Amino acid sequence: MSILTQRPPGAGDPLPNPAIDLADFDDPDTPGDGRTTIPDPGTVATGPRRRLRQATLDERFNLVGALIAGVALATALFGWITPMTGSVGWVVVAFLSFLGFYVLLTALRAERQEVADKVMTALMVSAGILLFGALIFVVAYTLVRGREALVNLNFFTQTMELAGPLDPLELGGIVHAIVGTLIQISIALAITIPLGITTAVFLNEVGGRFARFVRTIADAMTALPSIVAGLFVYAAIIQLITHQRSGFAAAMAITVMMLPIVIRASDVVLRLVAGNLREAAYALGSSRWRTVWHVVLPTARSGLVTAVILGTARGIGETSPVLLTSGVTAVMNVNPFSGPMISLPLQVFDFVKSPEPNMVARGFGTAAVLLLLVLTLFAVARVIGGRGPGQLSTRQRRAATSASFDDLKRMSRRSAPAPLPPVTVPDAPVPITPPFTAPPQSRETSP
Amino acid sequence: MVTFTAGTTTVGIMLAVGLFLSIRASDALSVSGFAFLTEQQWSPETQTFGIAAILAGTVSIALIAMCVGVPLSLGTALLISDVAGGRLRGLLVTLVDLMAAVPSVVFGLWGLFFLQGNVIPVAQWISTYFGWIPLFRVADDAGTALTDASAFTSSAFIAGIVVGLMVVPTQTSVMREAFSQAPVGEREAALALGSSRWGMIRTVVIPFGRGGIIGGTMLGLGRALGETIAVYMIISPIFTINGELLKTGTNSVSALIALRYGEASEFGLSALMAAGLVLFIITLVVNFTASSIVARSRSGAETD
Repeated sequence: MSILTQRPPGAGDPLPNPAIDLADFDDPDTPGDGRTTIPDPGTVATGPRRRLRQATLDERFNLVGALIAGVALATALFGWITPMTGSVGWVVVAFLSFLGFYVLLTALRAERQEVADKVMTALMVSAGILLFGALIFVVAYTLVRGREALVNLNFFTQTMELAGPLDPLELGGIVHAIVGTLIQISIALAITIPLGITTAVFLNEVGGRFARFVRTIADAMTALPSIVAGLFVYAAIIQLITHQRSGFAAAMAITVMMLPIVIRASDVVLRLVAGNLREAAYALGSSRWRTVWHVVLPTARSGLVTAVILGTARGIGETSPVLLTSGVTAVMNVNPFSGPMISLPLQVFDFVKSPEPNMVARGFGTAAVLLLLVLTLFAVARVIGGRGPGQLSTRQRRAATSASFDDLKRMSRRSAPAPLPPVTVPDAPVPITPPFTAPPQSRETSP
Repeated sequence: MVTFTAGTTTVGIMLAVGLFLSIRASDALSVSGFAFLTEQQWSPETQTFGIAAILAGTVSIALIAMCVGVPLSLGTALLISDVAGGRLRGLLVTLVDLMAAVPSVVFGLWGLFFLQGNVIPVAQWISTYFGWIPLFRVADDAGTALTDASAFTSSAFIAGIVVGLMVVPTQTSVMREAFSQAPVGEREAALALGSSRWGMIRTVVIPFGRGGIIGGTMLGLGRALGETIAVYMIISPIFTINGELLKTGTNSVSALIALRYGEASEFGLSALMAAGLVLFIITLVVNFTASSIVARSRSGAETD
C-alpha cells in the first residue's frame, strides 16, 4: 500500500560523515579563480518579464463567467422554473450547467484541442474539489453536530451508567468507552508491534522461499473483511474458550485486522533501507542480528513508527470486529478478561441506534472524540514520518556527528600510545594491535 | 532464530483463521450444497439458506461505489500527478492519506444523518425521468411507480455513494503512484510536439498508468465488498434480489453477519461463516488480481 510516502533509496543522506563535515567547516569559502561569475544585470537591456504560468484575462473571464452562469441557472431552475429540490441536486445541476457554459465560452475563441484541454482540467480540478470538499464536510459535520455534547465537561468524566436515553446531556459521558478503546488498542499493539515488525524483518533480511510464502499470506490477509475477523474471534475464542465477550477478545479481533497492515507497511519501509548500509555492516564482520539491531532498524525507525501509528489509527476506528466481540456496556470496566468492554466506535454505533435526539447528539460527540483521536495520531505520524529512512533532522544530525567525532577522538587516543610494532623481524607474523580488536559494544553511535 | 519464529507465528495465525473458517463453514455447506449460491432466503433454522440475494446486494453496492469512486479518484490522481505542483501537491497527498484514516463509522453517520435526506430528491428525479430503464425504476409489486420519499430511503444507491467516498483514498493513492512513474522523457516529448496538457495525459500518462488504474480500481472494489458498518447503518436488509437500485432495501454479506451473529445457533453461525468465507474468497481473488496487475505494470520501471 502506498499510504506512506517514501523517497527512493539513496536519495537521502544515509549517515553523516564527520570527516567531510569537519573539513567543510575548516575550509572557509574563498572566492577563487574557478568560480562562475554572473554578469551585472544593469548593463544588459531586457524587455518586460513575460508571465508564462499565469492564465490570461480571457481564460479567467471564461472560468468566472461560466461559474456565475452555472450557479445562476441552477438557482433559477430550482427556485422558480422547475419543481426540483434538495441541495445535492442543486450542486449537480449547477456543475453540469457550469461545464456547458465553460465549453461554450472557450469554444468561442479556441480550437477543439484547447477546449478539450480546458474542460478536462476543469473536470480534474472539480474532482479534487468535490473529494476534499466531501472530506472536510464529513469531518466538519461530525464536529459541529458533536459540539452540543462536547461542551459539557461531564461528557469526558462520567459513564453512561446512570444516564438513560431521555436524560439531558449534562448527565452521562463516555469515559468508559475512552478507557475501553485505550485498553483494547494497547493489548493489540503489544502483540502487533513485536510480531509485525519482526515478521517484516524476516521478510526483508532473511528472504528465501518461506519468506515469499509469508509475504503472500500477509497480502492475502489484508483482503480479510473486518467483519470476518470479528466472526472468527467470536467463534474461536468467545464460543470455544471464554464463553463471554470481553475486551481481550476485541483486542484479538483488532490484532488480526492490524497485523497484516503493520507487516505490509513495515515491509515497504524496511525495503527502502539502502543496501550499502547493510553491506557495510556485514563487511565489518557483524552478525545478521547485530546488523538488524544496529543498522537496519535505527535507519528505518521513523518509517516504522509511521507504519505502527497508521495501523493504530485504522485499528482504533474499526467498528465491525469490535461489534461482535467486545459487547456493549454502560459501565466502566478496566478488566479486559471479564465482562463486556465498550470502545469508542462501538459506542457511536450504539448511541445512534436510539431515536432520542440526546442520544444521537452523544453519538456525534463520541464520533468527534474518535475523529480527533485519529487525526491526532495521523498528525503525529506525519511529523515523525515526513522523512525517508536515514534522513535526520538537524538536531539528530548534529548529535550523530558529535558522537562520531567522539569516537574518532577516542580511537585516536587509544591507538596513539600503542604504535605499530617496528617491522624489524620480517619473518614473524605481525601481531594484531589491541585497539583494532576493541569490542564493538563500546560504540554506541546509533542515532 | 527470532525472526523465523515471528514469521511462522504470523503464518500460523493467518492460516488458523482461514482453516477455522473453512472447517466451520463446511458444516453448513454440506447441508445446503450448491443451493447455497442460488437460494435467496436466509433461515438456517429451516435449512433453507443461501446467499444469492445477499451477494447480489453486496455486488450492487460495490458497483455503485465504483461508479462514484473511480471518476473521482481518477480525476484527483491526475490532478495530483500532473496539474497541481509544489506545496499544493504535498497538501493534496496528505489530505488523501488523511481521508483513508477517517473511521468508517464517521462516514456512516454522515451518510445516515446528512446524505440520505439530501440525496433522496435526486433519486426521485432520476426515477421519474429515467424510470424506463429497469435499474432506475422504483415500483411496487403491482408495477405502479412510487414517488413517495419513503420508498427511496435506505437504498443501495445511498449506501453505494458513502462506500464510494470511503474507497476513493485507496484508489487515488495507487493511481497517483502509477501516474507519477510515467517517464519524464516521453511527457516532455509529447509537450515538445505541441500537445496540450490533456493531450499529454491522454497519450502518455494514462497508457503508462493503465495497470495502476485497473489495479487501484480493483483494490477499491475489494474494500467496498467488505465494508460493514457504514452499509449496516444505512441499508434496511431484505432477502430478495432487488434490481431497483434506488428503492428501499438491499443487503450485504457483512451487514448480514453483523445482523444475525448474536441470535445464531451453532448451525446458524456455521452458515454465517460460510457466507463470510465466500466474501473472503471474492475479496481475495479481487485483491490478488489487482496486485498482480499493479506489479506487472510496474515491472522494469524499478528494480528490487
